[in-house]
Amino acid sequence: MSLYELKIQNLRKMYSRRIIFSGVTIHFSKPGVYGIAGTNGSGKSTLVKIIAGLLIPSSGTITHILNGKNLPEDQSINLVGFSSPYLNFYEEFSALENMKMLTGIRGLVPDEDYLNKLFDHFHLADRKNDPVKAYSSGMKQRLRLIFAFFHNPRLVILDEPVSNLDNSGKEQIYRLVNQKQTESIILIASNDDSDLALCEQVTNIEEFKETQ
Amino acid sequence: MIWKVFLYFFILAVSIMGIAFPIVENPIHWNEYPYIPALGENAKIIFFHVPTAWLASIAFLMSAYFGIKYLKNKTLVDDIKSYTAAQLGLVFCVLATITGAVWANYTWGKPWSWDPRQTSIFALMLIYGAYFALRSAIEDSEKKAVLSAVYSLIAFVTVPFFVFIIPKMVNSLHPGSAGDPSPIGFKMNPNMKIEFFLSLTAFSILFYWLWSIGYRSLILKEKNNNLL
Amino acid sequence: MTRQIIAVFKKDLLSEIRTRYAINSLVMFVVITISVILFSVGNESVPADLTGGLFWVVVFFTAMSGLSRVFVTEEERGTTLTLRLLAKPAVIYLGKLLFNNVLIFSMNIVIAILYSAFFDTFVIESKEIFIIAFILGNLGIASASTVLAAIIAKASSKGTLYPVLSFPILLPLILTLINLSKSCISGTSFEESQVSLLILFCYNVMMIAASLLLFDFIWKD
Repeated sequence: MSLYELKIQNLRKMYSRRIIFSGVTIHFSKPGVYGIAGTNGSGKSTLVKIIAGLLIPSSGTITHILNGKNLPEDQSINLVGFSSPYLNFYEEFSALENMKMLTGIRGLVPDEDYLNKLFDHFHLADRKNDPVKAYSSGMKQRLRLIFAFFHNPRLVILDEPVSNLDNSGKEQIYRLVNQKQTESIILIASNDDSDLALCEQVTNIEEFKETQ
Repeated sequence: MIWKVFLYFFILAVSIMGIAFPIVENPIHWNEYPYIPALGENAKIIFFHVPTAWLASIAFLMSAYFGIKYLKNKTLVDDIKSYTAAQLGLVFCVLATITGAVWANYTWGKPWSWDPRQTSIFALMLIYGAYFALRSAIEDSEKKAVLSAVYSLIAFVTVPFFVFIIPKMVNSLHPGSAGDPSPIGFKMNPNMKIEFFLSLTAFSILFYWLWSIGYRSLILKEKNNNLL
Repeated sequence: MTRQIIAVFKKDLLSEIRTRYAINSLVMFVVITISVILFSVGNESVPADLTGGLFWVVVFFTAMSGLSRVFVTEEERGTTLTLRLLAKPAVIYLGKLLFNNVLIFSMNIVIAILYSAFFDTFVIESKEIFIIAFILGNLGIASASTVLAAIIAKASSKGTLYPVLSFPILLPLILTLINLSKSCISGTSFEESQVSLLILFCYNVMMIAASLLLFDFIWKD
């Protein structure tokens, strides 16, 4: 198994004059579950969006290191899996079609066995051919989690992983996180105590608030 | 202060020289302009028409330049500079169109004939108009800055077509088009040339002054609102 | 990368086939614009060289009604974020450009057929040149309107602003096309029209190059 590390250096994000956070420096050097905590509106989502490459930081860098080599930005895209409550899918397509199509856009060939396993794991197997339009919010959240794990990313970012999920859904995702923690870096941004209990190390975003 | 007074007298002198100096058949004195066939007295508007058209284009160039700068550095001051340049550009664009139409009315017989040059200045006005419409349709100031910079750069791609290619292709009455070299070179006599370039300089300084006042006051306004 | 671009294109095509979001309004727009022209013409026959110009008027307005869809739907459904996770900006742009090209080509072929059926004076002398101009013109409209669609998707008054932004950008293209169509109708040689064709070609190259350079800024927040 190749070695993957994630280095966050001196990250700072501002909206107009307001500093969301600054001086965020974290080094994730081995697989495991890591947490990012903080109250509502503290910038957790902003931070994970920047790590996922969805937002540009005001300053600072994110470095993906594979086998000791720094990866350029456009090659790191498929190393990252991302799930978040504000992630949407194409409602006119079924869950299965969505996953296959999106993997195609990544330039990867979908591994159908693994995909079926994931659908089974999240108890969506019998609904996978229904259009996403017909999904409940909990089912959509399960689909987002499948989307985050499906292409075997080395860095899985889960923003509020258990939002909208019932107890069985929570149990499913915790089990998957436990399975995957030996091969991937899993970053959980959450306020939920049971989520953070999974993490071997929790960073509180509020630590990076005041420094100007 | 001093150079505001200087600018005032400079513009005043240029305007008086441009309007009041007589046009004669054989200019001998320093204050006489030559008679240019088919133009006659109308030739004098060149001292006002060309500088405004020139500044309308320069403003567009500046707006695009500060747009690039904004995209590189993401400092809102550059966006404000770009925006101010575009505002002034629109004003000068309208002035160039009006002076051009007045001139065309007396020389070509009617104010508007979709001459390629008139089409270009019309397109430039539309671009400015679209630029402001786009800005007013976006709330977030950073997004506004990015998108309007991108738009002005895409609009910039069309400039060579309007300035160089289409006027050369289609027959135009405007000087500087196909088969007609620039009139500045050979039809003007030395003192007309001097007045022409003085006027160009005076209006350019005026433009710069307006621009720097414009963007500095906008920066102050933003600072007041704690946005910058 | 080519595979990814085709995947984006296929996704849009399948989605269009399922929802018929753009096609329906495009077809209606073609019918409406042509019939408005027919009403205003009445029983008189339109001079031949005027039909060439009017043809591009129909094309322009139809394009404005449907080509912004590629990015506007993504923004409306909130799937922009999902796409950003999947591929670099250039892939998305080129996939969308391909889709808009297919859309505008199929639409303009329909327009051309309807148009020649309704206007008997729309007879083209130099067919080959007109076909080259038609192809280059379609490519040009697609390339300019795709990047503008990306801009417009982020603004609040999407529908009305799109033609406002597009018209000045498309103007050099449309002027050249109108001139070229006029001379194609009255008959022209390849030598005479090669400058115009070259302009159309340059417009395409410059527009796509500028779009590729600038798309990153539009696409990323």
